[in-house]
Amino acid sequence: MNVHDFLYYIILPILSISSLMVFIRFFKGPSIVDRVVALDLLITIGIGIIAIYSIISNKPTFLDISLVLALIAFLGTVAFAYYLEKRNKND
Amino acid sequence: MRTIILKSASSYLLPVLLLFSVFILLRGHYLPGGGFVGGLVAAIAFVLDAFSNGLDKTKGILKFHPGFFMPVGLMIAFLSGISPMLLAGLPLMTGIWADNPIPVIGAIGSPLFFDIGVYLVVIGASLTIIFTISESV
Repeated sequence: MNVHDFLYYIILPILSISSLMVFIRFFKGPSIVDRVVALDLLITIGIGIIAIYSIISNKPTFLDISLVLALIAFLGTVAFAYYLEKRNKND
Repeated sequence: MRTIILKSASSYLLPVLLLFSVFILLRGHYLPGGGFVGGLVAAIAFVLDAFSNGLDKTKGILKFHPGFFMPVGLMIAFLSGISPMLLAGLPLMTGIWADNPIPVIGAIGSPLFFDIGVYLVVIGASLTIIFTISESV
């Protein structure tokens, strides 16, 4: 079993199942904070899938895409936290 | 939002992200990247700074109103588009490339200036939108 088989048959199914479970939490999520955390985790799993794809296809330029995606995820979480804090103060 | 972790992280992240955006801009001829993504990364750098240090300080860093970047970028893109007609007598938007690539920057040509124009337009448009939204909330 080489690295490619390991990535195809073990890591990618784990990431797929976990993304499905996180999506259920994103869909059900009682409060908006749960949904924000689930969205952040969903994007993080996506970054992992992009990293695996860049290993499989042997193209390191794909890692920059995951860098940009990580930036957007971080900024989105910070912006959600900012506006949730602001909304709690206004109420 | 006044948290010391975000504040100290963003003061280091702003120059690093601007450098990364220029890297993406210069790489975008044959590989992933280009003016649009580079402009978005630069806009994200400024927005992150605005979230941690306040909107007024970020406007102080930018010196101009962000809407000012849009006409400048459009003018650069337009000049790079008509430059083959004026300089070489070729059709509109033909790519003219310099013979020798410059180290670090790479090949210089009219598509690079078109990309720089797109970069400035994207920075101006996205920063204008986001600053207007965060002022009105």
